[in-house]
Amino acid sequence: MLSRIAESLFWIGRYVERAEDTARILEVQTQLMIDDPTLDIPTTCREVLAIMGVPVEDDAIVGTYELLQRLAYDPTAPASIHATMSNAREVAKRARETLSTSMWEAVNTTWRLIPSGQFERMGPSASFRWVRDRAALINGTADATMPRDEGWQFLMLGRSIERADMTARLVAAASVSTSSAWSTSLRASGGYESFLRTYNGLETDRKAAEFLVLDRLFPRSVVFSLGRAEQCLENLESAGQRAGFQNEAQRLLGRTRAELEYRALADVLTDLPAEMERLQQTCAQATDAVARRYFAGSVATIWNQGRW
Amino acid sequence: MRNVTHHLFESYDDSGPAYDEMFDRQAPRESYARLADTFNSLAARDLATRAEGLQNSYLDQGVTFDIGGEERAFPIDIVPRVIEQQHWSQIDLGVQQRVKALEMFLADIYGPGEAFRDGVIPRSVVTTSSHYTRETYGIEPPNGVRVHVSGIDLIRDDAGEFRVLEDNVRVPSGVSYVMTNRRAISTALPESFAQHRVRPVASYPQRLLAALRAAAPAGVVDPTVVVLTPGAYNGAYYEHALLARTMGVELVEGRDLECRRGRVLMRTTNGLQQVHVIYRRVDDEFLDPVHFRADSMLGCPGLINAARAGNVTIANAIGNGVADDKLTYTYLPDLIRYYLSEEPVLANVDTWRLGEPDHREEVMDRLDELVLKPVDGSGGKGIVIGPRATAVELDQLRAEVLKDPRSWIAQPVVQLSTVPTYLDGRMAPRHVDLRPFAVNDGSKVWVLPGGLTRVALAEGELIVNSSRGGGSKDTWVLAGPGPAPVQAGPIAAAAREITPLDSGPVGTGTEGQVEQQQQQQQQQQQQQQSSEVAPC
Repeated sequence: MLSRIAESLFWIGRYVERAEDTARILEVQTQLMIDDPTLDIPTTCREVLAIMGVPVEDDAIVGTYELLQRLAYDPTAPASIHATMSNAREVAKRARETLSTSMWEAVNTTWRLIPSGQFERMGPSASFRWVRDRAALINGTADATMPRDEGWQFLMLGRSIERADMTARLVAAASVSTSSAWSTSLRASGGYESFLRTYNGLETDRKAAEFLVLDRLFPRSVVFSLGRAEQCLENLESAGQRAGFQNEAQRLLGRTRAELEYRALADVLTDLPAEMERLQQTCAQATDAVARRYFAGSVATIWNQGRW
Repeated sequence: MRNVTHHLFESYDDSGPAYDEMFDRQAPRESYARLADTFNSLAARDLATRAEGLQNSYLDQGVTFDIGGEERAFPIDIVPRVIEQQHWSQIDLGVQQRVKALEMFLADIYGPGEAFRDGVIPRSVVTTSSHYTRETYGIEPPNGVRVHVSGIDLIRDDAGEFRVLEDNVRVPSGVSYVMTNRRAISTALPESFAQHRVRPVASYPQRLLAALRAAAPAGVVDPTVVVLTPGAYNGAYYEHALLARTMGVELVEGRDLECRRGRVLMRTTNGLQQVHVIYRRVDDEFLDPVHFRADSMLGCPGLINAARAGNVTIANAIGNGVADDKLTYTYLPDLIRYYLSEEPVLANVDTWRLGEPDHREEVMDRLDELVLKPVDGSGGKGIVIGPRATAVELDQLRAEVLKDPRSWIAQPVVQLSTVPTYLDGRMAPRHVDLRPFAVNDGSKVWVLPGGLTRVALAEGELIVNSSRGGGSKDTWVLAGPGPAPVQAGPIAAAAREITPLDSGPVGTGTEGQVEQQQQQQQQQQQQQQSSEVAPC
């Protein structure tokens, strides 16, 4: 497979997942702001933006409108769902001949609704549900139509790394918020019911954090996603290793996962925001490592007319 | 409200000087009779819905092209164009003949140059062409093919005769629309499609792939074929992606390729892999910065040396542009006679070469009634239509022509034939041309039964290029008269084992059991409800 195409697939996985998870996080936060009258809205908005990695000027007025613009509707804001879906479509266009037709059309029809303004007109809660639905459609189409070759591994790798990163942000957002944030976060990740079943209805913050970060069976938990990403990297390396890992990305992800899993729970939970921050850095480093290992050389060479 | 249904063609005016392909003095021609019936029986609203659905499906599929960075759906008209069998067989023969002659001409001028010696075409015509590449002189393609893919533009004159307007043997585009138009129209007009025996166009990618594989360097058993695109921002990117996808080969950009020791390699996740055949959709001058434009980012340095070493085949060959130069075009009937000893099947449009003094003299007085074209222009650029030009424009043109007469040809204003086109809820005659595509695999020139019909959407407009606001039509080449033959029943009527679908737990159990269960559940519910109501 061409390096350039592999890179495109990796980023389709990441962008689609990012749009979906941003929608999930916004859904929780907007719900909280409505539910909890004691909440200081400007502070919460600032915190959410900080957790999503969006810099905010100190003197800027940040309210619900600005939050939604920067994270959902503004095409010029790099972290917005609008920009993310445009990017997803752009990379999908470049890998168009390797995607199945239905997969490409799923991405393209999703994107078409966004610049037309229909996306923003739906209003916050409906538009977030729509993003989730479309992401499910894209992922489901990919699952049903793409062969499990290298391309699939790169798509899944991108999706898993992004999911680990975004769940970490969801957890970080919940841990700085009021107590009702945990159940809303669980709902946003679609795992509320299975959480209740797993812990027999005993709902505590600690358990909720454990579930979102460490659960081995819940597909959106950090540990599960990291495991998936490791598996993809292992599938990409054809020859088995007798000792250690040659793949830098695999080593980084594996080490972080092991640290989360083998340390005492209390340890991990004492400073959850910092822990999650570290995890996000790992994801970024792993992405660099993947790029160096597989995508290298997809930059144009320039002919210097024989001079050096 | 007036019943619009039967008035779709009412105000249709076919009395203009151009040949109308559907109507002859208000009566539909035989080949279009069934199509006219279909449209007349469609309700106006139904037709409008179908036409809108057509454009939307193109946006959803991303069948678009870029004009100045803006992505637009390629306009497709709902009325197909019909070409009968006898006309098609003439086109088929004519295109094959032309491609063969062009191949021999290119082999000649990049080799022995016999046509110059025998005085068929002046050497200066070739050597002064801006598309003649001295860099590729003497490169012998592995199976002798230089024109793997060609698009010969045809028009139909006032008398309904097909004539060649120009040849495209560099990187002719548009074949993807032939395939997607067919799919879209057969969905939009299923009833009409079933009434005609339309020859299929879907086999094009397989034919192309076979021709490209046949062109691989000698000794390569299983060649790696790639499509080389300038990138996602190119106007024809949709087509490049479609061809790569339907042929099942990689779509590469220049930066994916690397030349080492006379071989072309592509960068994959498993390291470098050798490429044997490049179907390139990048223009000559951007292909290899070593020999052509040094600042090109779209090509790959060393490509031509690799081709000369015989390790890679570039399709279409570099330097083909000299054969579709509009000045060479004027010599083509002579070249066909010279190389093939045959009379041309398809005539040219009458053309004056302004580089020749007596031609120039004749034309200069009649600038206002002729069409002037630059010889190396494409996409309708630089064309001046005399009767439409102002006096100032004509003066400018005269000065330009006198400055560089070699660069110009003149042709009479040919009224391209018209076909009804659905615009603003009405049918109106619009001018069309036809680009049939031919694939040469070295043993046979195969002409795709179909082709791209381009239509000028503005009234009276004669330039059909999509960059000038043109649209397209599906082209139906009929396999014979009458509707499609009815398929005979299932071949073997012998008794076959049938495995029924597993119905799952919902359908299992005898009916009595299920009913009983449901009844008991309902009773239980009633008891609970009554006990809740009862005071304790």
